[in-house]
Amino acid sequence: MRYLPLTSEDRRAMLARIGAPDVDALFRDVPKAALVPLSAFDLPDTQGELEVERALSRLAAKNVAAGAAPFFCGAGAYKHHVPSSVDHLIQRSEFLTSYTPYQPEIAQGTLQYLFEFQTQVALLTGMDVANASLYDGSTATAEAVLMAQRITKRGKAILSGGLHPHYAETVETVAGLWGPVTRSAVTPGLPEDIVALIDDETACVVVQSPDVFGLIRNLRPIADAAHAKGALLIAVVTEVVSLGLLEPPGAQGADIVAAEGQSIGNGLNFGGPYVGLFATREKFLRQMPGRLCGETVDVEGRRGYVLTLSTREQHIRREKATSNICTNSGLCTLAFTIHLSLLGEEGLTRLACINHAKASSLADKLAALPGVEVLTQAFFNEFTARLSKPAAQVVDQLAAKGVIAGVPASRLLPHDKSVENLLILAVTETNTDDDFAALAKALQEVL
Amino acid sequence: MSMNNQGRPTAPAEDSRRRTVAPGTVAPEELGTISGDRGLDHEEALIFELGHGAVGVDLPDVKVADDRLGGMRRKAAIGLPGLSEPEVVRHYVRLSRMNYAIDSGLYPLGSCTMKHNPRLNEKMARLPGFGDLHPLAPGSTTQGALELISQLMTWLTTLTGMPAVAMSPKAGAHGELCGLLAIRAAIAARGENRTRVLVPQSAHGTNPATAAFAGFTVDEVPAKPNGHVDAEALKAKLGPDVAAIMLTNPNTCGLFEGEVKEIADAVHAAGAYFYCDGANFNAIAGKVRPGDLGVDAMHINLHKTFSTPHGGGGPGAGPVVLSERLAPYAPIPLLVADGQSFRLIEDQAAVPQGAKPFGRMCAFHGQMGMFVRALTYMLSHGRDGVRQASEDAVLSANYILASLKDVMSAPFGDGPCMHEALFDDSFLDGTGVATLDFAKAMIDEGYHPMTMYFPLVVHGAMLIEPTESESKESLDRFIHVLRGLATEARAGKTERFTGAPRLAPRRRLDETAAARKPVLRFRPDPLKEAAE
Repeated sequence: MRYLPLTSEDRRAMLARIGAPDVDALFRDVPKAALVPLSAFDLPDTQGELEVERALSRLAAKNVAAGAAPFFCGAGAYKHHVPSSVDHLIQRSEFLTSYTPYQPEIAQGTLQYLFEFQTQVALLTGMDVANASLYDGSTATAEAVLMAQRITKRGKAILSGGLHPHYAETVETVAGLWGPVTRSAVTPGLPEDIVALIDDETACVVVQSPDVFGLIRNLRPIADAAHAKGALLIAVVTEVVSLGLLEPPGAQGADIVAAEGQSIGNGLNFGGPYVGLFATREKFLRQMPGRLCGETVDVEGRRGYVLTLSTREQHIRREKATSNICTNSGLCTLAFTIHLSLLGEEGLTRLACINHAKASSLADKLAALPGVEVLTQAFFNEFTARLSKPAAQVVDQLAAKGVIAGVPASRLLPHDKSVENLLILAVTETNTDDDFAALAKALQEVL
Repeated sequence: MSMNNQGRPTAPAEDSRRRTVAPGTVAPEELGTISGDRGLDHEEALIFELGHGAVGVDLPDVKVADDRLGGMRRKAAIGLPGLSEPEVVRHYVRLSRMNYAIDSGLYPLGSCTMKHNPRLNEKMARLPGFGDLHPLAPGSTTQGALELISQLMTWLTTLTGMPAVAMSPKAGAHGELCGLLAIRAAIAARGENRTRVLVPQSAHGTNPATAAFAGFTVDEVPAKPNGHVDAEALKAKLGPDVAAIMLTNPNTCGLFEGEVKEIADAVHAAGAYFYCDGANFNAIAGKVRPGDLGVDAMHINLHKTFSTPHGGGGPGAGPVVLSERLAPYAPIPLLVADGQSFRLIEDQAAVPQGAKPFGRMCAFHGQMGMFVRALTYMLSHGRDGVRQASEDAVLSANYILASLKDVMSAPFGDGPCMHEALFDDSFLDGTGVATLDFAKAMIDEGYHPMTMYFPLVVHGAMLIEPTESESKESLDRFIHVLRGLATEARAGKTERFTGAPRLAPRRRLDETAAARKPVLRFRPDPLKEAAE
């Protein structure tokens, strides 16, 4: 077996030093009946690299990659172009095959990029501090609600109807243990009146912008209303490229920002691994979940970085920790950091402008088609259209024609009859005019 | 210095600092360098200090005059630095060189399982059919991905002897949460209220943290002097308010809990559930099926046992295998096969009869990128290779234990260990060498230290997990170095230890100052800004 260096002769010599007759003698604490023979496992035997590559490639070939078709899916995961150097750099052995940087003297590479990542996230979101990542946007949102419940010592969480339904379900599953979680009603493409729901028992209001239907929200009035009642505003961003063009949540009064960072540096990967961004105000620092990297000096006075404020974390605080999270999204944060470094201020702004311009162009094109009504008027790179037929059916018909038209709202809200005909379409820099023409043509054929 | 036939020294190098320098000259290391760099070791500023208005991507300058942003266009600059591609590449390459990695050396972190990460895994995860696949793409275009998940589920349930598996948890601790939420739902379905979770003292910190996170109170179970959980104490704590026990097996002392079946039976008789922390599954995969031991739920760290890389702290993946009793409560999404085709059930209300999902762990369907890597590893090893890997991991740990227990102190060294060898710091008593100094001296010898001060049940614990990825020669060299360090320490020669490391990119860092006045992000120097 190519990954196992020990030879039979090595094994014999090692057993001799140990003084054991055979390897099973080392498993002597295992009850005899529990040691099963190889034949107990109905699984294939070892294979060479060539055979494995063939088997996996066969499976991959049964899928239609986003890059292989005119493609308009978003709703929390976005197809962006990632520069080649990003993937090259994150595969360097020293990044890919290192552990959590608990020995800072020999982990400055990881620690410094985490410090850069935290700075980038704080800048993008307009917040004071950011952590070194959580699993993804949805779990970051759930952690934000738990943090708000701790800070306010209140249980109630109000979720905007525009919050990605998967995020809402994740929050309900975890934070629902600690207090009532309610979702406000929403009309796709229009802001709901969430302010009216805030009361003296409310821990937090969770609002996504752009929301799951693509609508850009003004968070300021919601923040003011929440603060007036002693509640916190949690702002959620699922398309982080939008922050290249939009007012950051921190400038609109958000207390915690939970975001999905996949759009920068990371591929679609059928849903994971992604990277959860988490930022907040300085005053809430010690209530944050997850790892934090901080600057310090070594005994020779040279600047260096360490994991810090660990007394919040599970490996020190155990059942009193702010979260149970241990493993986070290390390598995905590196991809994010490198891609954002390549973009810089100018690149990110340009990228955001391209996304917005292309989405505007497609919205106009589709609005001119019979059987299509564009519902979202204020959007970044994603909008919702009402079709004259159920959107799920249209998406399947278009997939058969080689066009991946977007995400039917019914996939996310299966019980809401009112969204049956709604299609959520995302447009990025990867889309071409040919893609738009193919989509329009295919839609005309089926509507 | 003598060398072996690979050109490696067969004895520790003589300290180069002790070499004689001609009278009247200064040794180069005392002279320092003009650049501040040292040969291949470069100092590297923050990306924010390097930016100078360049750009590392070529994108057209599309003007958005009539935006449709609802009046929410950004008013102020973000403050991101601008650099070209070569500058960014050099920056991160230089940072990478400040890291220790399993590719460059033995990484003996007990409990962390730093094994070889095959590059075929990386290549497969990057096939466009996996890496460039959208989670909400139409089902007809994702059949290969669903089939892959189904194959991985078969591997996981077969290896563990469990009937079901929930795939969405994103790491070990997330898997623990999934398991406890399933237990919570099962208890609620029985109309009971059970609030207490029993957690052994030796448990990973995630166990009590997860139990608290899931709304339970934590009750600690002591360990016996032999490193095993005190089964009698555990049984005495069982009662009508106990929801579950969380037991790691093999445990964090590197020992197999031989009474596991009796414990499981007692737990079940008391109406509670048995959560097994599967972090150490790599010791027994292909030899022991947790399902045979009465386990109700166990997470599997794909980034440990099945070699998906740790990536400097993530991402991981933590699928949870479930017993018949807990399977109905698995979270959405559920994967079902209709003949040759596969489909995801993402709707709580559309689940098959008997299924009662407790909710959803995260958006989408889990860590697909890790699934591809893990299945690639499993197919490469095969069942025979998985079994051999477990045996080699256990053999290597025992080889280290047998080779070091006369110079270091092994609290449970009388019998064999599993995949990790536990030592304590009592051999340093009275030597003047501090435990942490001993660990840091390993850095100067070219090794990452072992896990220190964990598990908590052993004072001054030093936990060594070599994994199956080391050759005998590599193990021998590691043993040689540790014997050398232990022998010097015991002889009271403290020079090598005090203030170590000396040869790392940084020396001991001031963690107290970092926590007292946290600096968690770069901020431009206001004086410098003003001058510009």
